[in-house]
Amino acid sequence: MKRLLSGNEAIALGAYHAGVAVATAYPGTPSTEILENIVGMEGVYAEWSTNEKVALEVGLGAAYGGVRALVSMKHVGLNVAADPLFAASTTGIVGGLVIVSCDDPGEHSSQGEQDNRHFARVAKVPMLEPTDSQDAYDLMEWAFNISEEFDTPVLLRSTTRISHCKTVVDVNKERKVNMRQPCFTRSPAKFVMVPSNARVRRHAMEERIIKLQAYVEDFPLNKMLLADRKLGVISDGVACQYAREVFKDASHLELTTIYPVPANLIRRFAQEVERVVIVEELDPYLEDEVRRLGIVVTGKEFIPIIGELNPEIVENGAIQAGILPASPKLSHQSRPPAPQLPPRPPLLCAGCPHIATEFALRRLGFYNPNLAKELPLERKIPAQLKKNGLIVTSDIGCYTLGAYAPLFALDTCACMGASIGQALGLEKAGVPNKIVAVIGDSTFMHSGVTGLIDVVYNQGSTTVIILDNETTAMTGHQGHPGTGISAKGTKARAVKLEALAQGIGVNDVTVVDAFDLELIESTISRCVETDEPSVLIARGACPLRAKTSGTPFNVDSEKCNSCYACLRLGCPAISVSEDKAWIDAILCVGSGCGVCAQVCPQEAISESKR
Amino acid sequence: MKDINVLMVGVGGQGVILASDAMSEIGMDNGYDVKKSDTLGMAQRGGSVVSHVRWGKHVFSPLIKKGDVDFLIGFEQLESARWAPYLKLGGIALVADVVVVPVSVIGSAIPYPSWDEIKGILTQHTDQTYLVPATRIGLEVGNPRALNMVMLGSLSIFLELEAEAWIENIRRRLPPKFVESSIEAFMMGADEAKAVIQAKEIKI
Repeated sequence: MKRLLSGNEAIALGAYHAGVAVATAYPGTPSTEILENIVGMEGVYAEWSTNEKVALEVGLGAAYGGVRALVSMKHVGLNVAADPLFAASTTGIVGGLVIVSCDDPGEHSSQGEQDNRHFARVAKVPMLEPTDSQDAYDLMEWAFNISEEFDTPVLLRSTTRISHCKTVVDVNKERKVNMRQPCFTRSPAKFVMVPSNARVRRHAMEERIIKLQAYVEDFPLNKMLLADRKLGVISDGVACQYAREVFKDASHLELTTIYPVPANLIRRFAQEVERVVIVEELDPYLEDEVRRLGIVVTGKEFIPIIGELNPEIVENGAIQAGILPASPKLSHQSRPPAPQLPPRPPLLCAGCPHIATEFALRRLGFYNPNLAKELPLERKIPAQLKKNGLIVTSDIGCYTLGAYAPLFALDTCACMGASIGQALGLEKAGVPNKIVAVIGDSTFMHSGVTGLIDVVYNQGSTTVIILDNETTAMTGHQGHPGTGISAKGTKARAVKLEALAQGIGVNDVTVVDAFDLELIESTISRCVETDEPSVLIARGACPLRAKTSGTPFNVDSEKCNSCYACLRLGCPAISVSEDKAWIDAILCVGSGCGVCAQVCPQEAISESKR
Repeated sequence: MKDINVLMVGVGGQGVILASDAMSEIGMDNGYDVKKSDTLGMAQRGGSVVSHVRWGKHVFSPLIKKGDVDFLIGFEQLESARWAPYLKLGGIALVADVVVVPVSVIGSAIPYPSWDEIKGILTQHTDQTYLVPATRIGLEVGNPRALNMVMLGSLSIFLELEAEAWIENIRRRLPPKFVESSIEAFMMGADEAKAVIQAKEIKI
């Protein structure tokens, strides 16, 4: 049956048909939809794990128990899960274990770019990579089979353009009936990695790679297509598609076995063609592999090392490198330059529970003379904070958008959970400013809690603001340990943030309404003055999920003096009409929020009268 | 079987993805190879949405090359101007009469362009630009969210499949209470395009 599937849907369905029994993940773009597609599948245990490390450890345990397990995450998630990845490589498995890493070239929705093909070599784990959804579907069964045959976890690498593109898939398999039965057989030499056992396993790892090198030579999903012999293109992933499109008449070698690469197949291909070029996204991974075989290649001289590829980048590079003739079809390049148009940057949503806290932080934040001119309520800022402005370390989530105009509320954003450690580091370095760490509820559970433990243990006085919108909002509202909702949507035990903070040893824990600006600001001002760690939980539901709507707010244009204090919230419902502030009644979530009414010095904003 | 490259552009919440999903599946069901790629960024939070849909005998790249777009379907005027350079010279631009002002224009030196300015930008790439009265149609069918159906209807006239193929897919895809108004919006969008072709404002 033909179906139009995204790469992520194909990975999920392929895993299902390959008999996956346990699936774990932490949400992260572009990988999230893999688990979202699996949760509805019968006979599979699926969970949103606390973080990627735990997800892989749960998957590894399931594989030790003899069943097939799938673990999915975004590229930076594999950094978090690197420790169990190497451990899994050392012990090997019993049931198949496949780890999907979805890279994000071009950083569509990521804090950094990295090429996770390198992980395969460093962890000595085989890696497969699809070129479209059909490959993604087909490769899953191969991945599980390889895992079991070679006693190794298998990495499957996807990228945004594979995971999020829909292509036609011939769905030609069904879930097997005779599934593997769960069973743990004691085997300390395999499962207990004390040094004496680990040294033995170390040899098994190297032997495994040698066997795999022979195995991938005949791997049926590596495709050699011989046409015009003047040019031979080697590519992987979505770059195969761009290469086929741009080098229409050339010979192509499309690789799906990324580690190890099929050395003899590559040599054969190179002998068939006059010139070898390599088209790959991000690092010169294949280029290094092919060069090591003594083959002369052109690669990153014409394909950028940074960012996502597309057909015109490949084509333009090829023309500049003299691989393709300048084509008259490129006349669009002589067209007038794109005019300057207003950008449409992402914003926090109308009714977002983060807006009030970020607005308060901006007012307490670093004293910026340019911004200060705009500040409408300057008089309320405590003099001491103004002189020696607050530093706001931040984390990964929707609230990171508060770094942009008009909020300019945040001073750092590095990786999941980093805000709290950074705040402690700044404090211990002796920076004179008061420091606040801002982190979301899901991110706090993911890896913020360990930072907070460090603050308590090491006598820090950090103030941690947990922006608790009761969901993992950025990736589309997945559950997390604090929500009390399982991946399957059923009721689960909830880990309570305030009890957790108190249990760690934080005495000063305050829960505030995320829409009460005055209370948030005064609580922050109080907390930063104390010498002990404090946690402020700003709680308010994400409006996209809660879908509560009250009576929308309205601007009294008689009272509005066009100071535009309300516009500085960055609420998308508020704009300007005939020089006065104006609220879009369709976007405004109404009485549940009302932050704009709290910042209006003219008291011109109130709930509309019906 | 002609190769068809369609770029649908708009703003989060306008139904661009549903429209491109429908068009992709309709192509597949009628024998085309199909690829579709969405660039969402953080669109749920008010950003731009771009969807590449390609029908053909064998489609390789999921992204349409700049200058290869046969049909630019603008769900929003500013977005259609932004993506105009993707048009093939002489390609067709169908633009809804919808304006969603980004917050970035407030207090900014770059104002939201007028339709004449937007049309001017499109004209640098094609003289085949048509403003679809989607707002009026949405009001007439009593479903302002049917913008995506109006645009699909207008587009369908230029492609080789019959209206039935589209309607059958739309029927499957939408919740029952929106089906009738959506089909009506689709047909009215189709009628608009037919009228424009008959008036020779756009050549096929």
